Amino acid sequence: MGFGPEAGYRPDAGYGLEVATTGFVLEARGLSRHFRIGGLRGHTLHAVDDLDMGIAGREIVALVGESGSGKSTVAPLLAMVYRPTAGEILFRGRPVSSLRRRRQLLVYRGEVPMVCQDPFSSLNPAHTIGYALLRGLKLHRPDLDRRRREAEAERVLDVVGLVPPAAIMTKYPYELSGGQRQRVGFAQALSYRPKLILADEPVSMLDVSIRIGLLNVMARLREEEKVSILYITHDIASARYVSDRVLVMYAGHLVEQGPTDDVLHNPVHPYTRLLLSAVPDPRAEMAVTSADVGEPPRVIDPGEGCRFRWRCPLATDVCEKVTPRLRPAAPGHEAACHVTVPGPVPEISGAGR
Amino acid sequence: MTGKVILEVEGLSVDYASSAGTANAVDQVSFELAEREFLAVVGESGCGKSTLLFAIARLLTPPAEVSGGKVLFSGQNMVAMSDKALRTLRWRDLSVVMQSAMNALNPVSSIGAQFSDVMRAHGEKDQKAVRARSEEVLTMVGIDPVHLASYAHQLSGGMRQRAMIAMALLFSPELILMDEPTSALDVVAQRSLMVQVKQLQADLGFAIIFVTHDMSLVAHFSDRVAVMYAGQVVETRPTRALFADPLHPYTRGLLDSFPSIYGPRSLVQGIPGSPPDLTRLPPGCNFAARCPKAMPRCATDAPAQYLVDDALVRCLLYEEAAPAREPGDRPVTERAARD
Repeated sequence: MGFGPEAGYRPDAGYGLEVATTGFVLEARGLSRHFRIGGLRGHTLHAVDDLDMGIAGREIVALVGESGSGKSTVAPLLAMVYRPTAGEILFRGRPVSSLRRRRQLLVYRGEVPMVCQDPFSSLNPAHTIGYALLRGLKLHRPDLDRRRREAEAERVLDVVGLVPPAAIMTKYPYELSGGQRQRVGFAQALSYRPKLILADEPVSMLDVSIRIGLLNVMARLREEEKVSILYITHDIASARYVSDRVLVMYAGHLVEQGPTDDVLHNPVHPYTRLLLSAVPDPRAEMAVTSADVGEPPRVIDPGEGCRFRWRCPLATDVCEKVTPRLRPAAPGHEAACHVTVPGPVPEISGAGR
Repeated sequence: MTGKVILEVEGLSVDYASSAGTANAVDQVSFELAEREFLAVVGESGCGKSTLLFAIARLLTPPAEVSGGKVLFSGQNMVAMSDKALRTLRWRDLSVVMQSAMNALNPVSSIGAQFSDVMRAHGEKDQKAVRARSEEVLTMVGIDPVHLASYAHQLSGGMRQRAMIAMALLFSPELILMDEPTSALDVVAQRSLMVQVKQLQADLGFAIIFVTHDMSLVAHFSDRVAVMYAGQVVETRPTRALFADPLHPYTRGLLDSFPSIYGPRSLVQGIPGSPPDLTRLPPGCNFAARCPKAMPRCATDAPAQYLVDDALVRCLLYEEAAPAREPGDRPVTERAARD
């Protein structure tokens, strides 16, 4: 397999905010997605609420959260699979809601492709890997002729470490292991010459010894193919391993964001603190355990107020009445908490920032 | 380990018959478990860890079949036991907590009704006693007893898993087998459940065999770890020593596959390649093809288990350091404790 130090990736190098100041490739402003549930009684599930985020060029951003946090709704929203309930997505400064025609959408999805969580069901079992790659190329890169499509398919397989590419092309998905299939997912995304890859839990179904190889592939794609990656995960250790910046979601809200090591070493939001204290790590001392049993977040008709307040050890009266906004806690590091990052409480919340 | 041995597994093998040939999912596994011990069995998918657990509990269904070996629980061989004898043993002396409580609990009867079924099957006729004990075990795992009237779907994932554990505790068994009980849970719920299991174990004194793919999860909770690869136990060692100084190259590879959230960020390698096809195992060491320390001999000579300090290791690197062990042999520390 062709990953490792020879790839030239040094996890401790090249971080910093200078990347972020060059402008975002993709930006979300006030992005919300609600789902109607419960039939006639008309309840609304707030999967994502008022999300502001941006991903800069060649940046790996990790979006972490537990089940029910809304993190897995974000990728299909950004990929235009779901239509947002409210808010706007800007791709290189232009709103994607203006993309109407199929042709425009195809171009957008080629530039911002998604890699799915389950490598066992995201490839068509009836077709070879070569077919899967060439079909995507035909759709998304109509400028290439047949021979150049084949050359490109072999190139991307080689980049993700599937060698020899010509042999892999003739194989069916069942002939590949889970890790290899997920590499095919990245190869597909890569073949469209993307600006940003949306990777939704790409390694969570893989065995631990295979996972790290794929994370190294992601790091290498950034270095060599100059793509940005949104890495959605519940695994904080792997988020730290590959990402420059981390966004923490809870119950549909972004509760904290900042440079990865800053957030993990100096977590500001009580939820981030709780999450970090629960991460099993053989190299760490056993953390002091809290009484929190890990109940799922309440996202059905949530109303105003901080959504973590039922579990929060620091909750005060204001947390019940006013939804906290992201406020700066350190350079580039923001958290939404009335107690740890106090600020003026707005009279009317819900207005833009 | 201190204390008396309650479970002895000797040369246990399980085969799966398939059209591609016979897969040797569990290959000559031997270990012992002392009372109150917490043994973690770790390995990747397909290594045979869950099959081993099911074989011990006699829960295997065709095409899986025990092809050899013994499981001695309180002196009786579970492998040869009649179904009737097995029925009295289950829940009372030994219980199993499954991976997915949503599938393991009956969706159409209440938690209380399922508890009551278990108790009545073991001859407890008194409704009041059943009710009292059900409330007691539910309280033990931190669930309000009102949930005896609840159905599985009304509970959160963490609560369902707790209810399963409460059910396993109804008769205060000596041994509880747990098959990835936390893998469907979020990290916060997972940590909370592990702390609770450990607390219950300290209070009630049962032994645990805990099967998981997540080594870091058991680092703080288990007494001893058995690492499985391609059907074999490749290393058994007290937990702290195993994490501090893994002996088998596979164990080291697994530990190096976890990035840490602490300390400097450094490149992690993982283990290249993938596990072998169990129907076509190599003649030598099963791990040789992926092993960074493989020698030419590893491809041809199957390693025995070697005793190194407090560890049993299945790797030719340790052949000269220690004598080969027969199945069932234990490290000296354990042996001394038993005498």
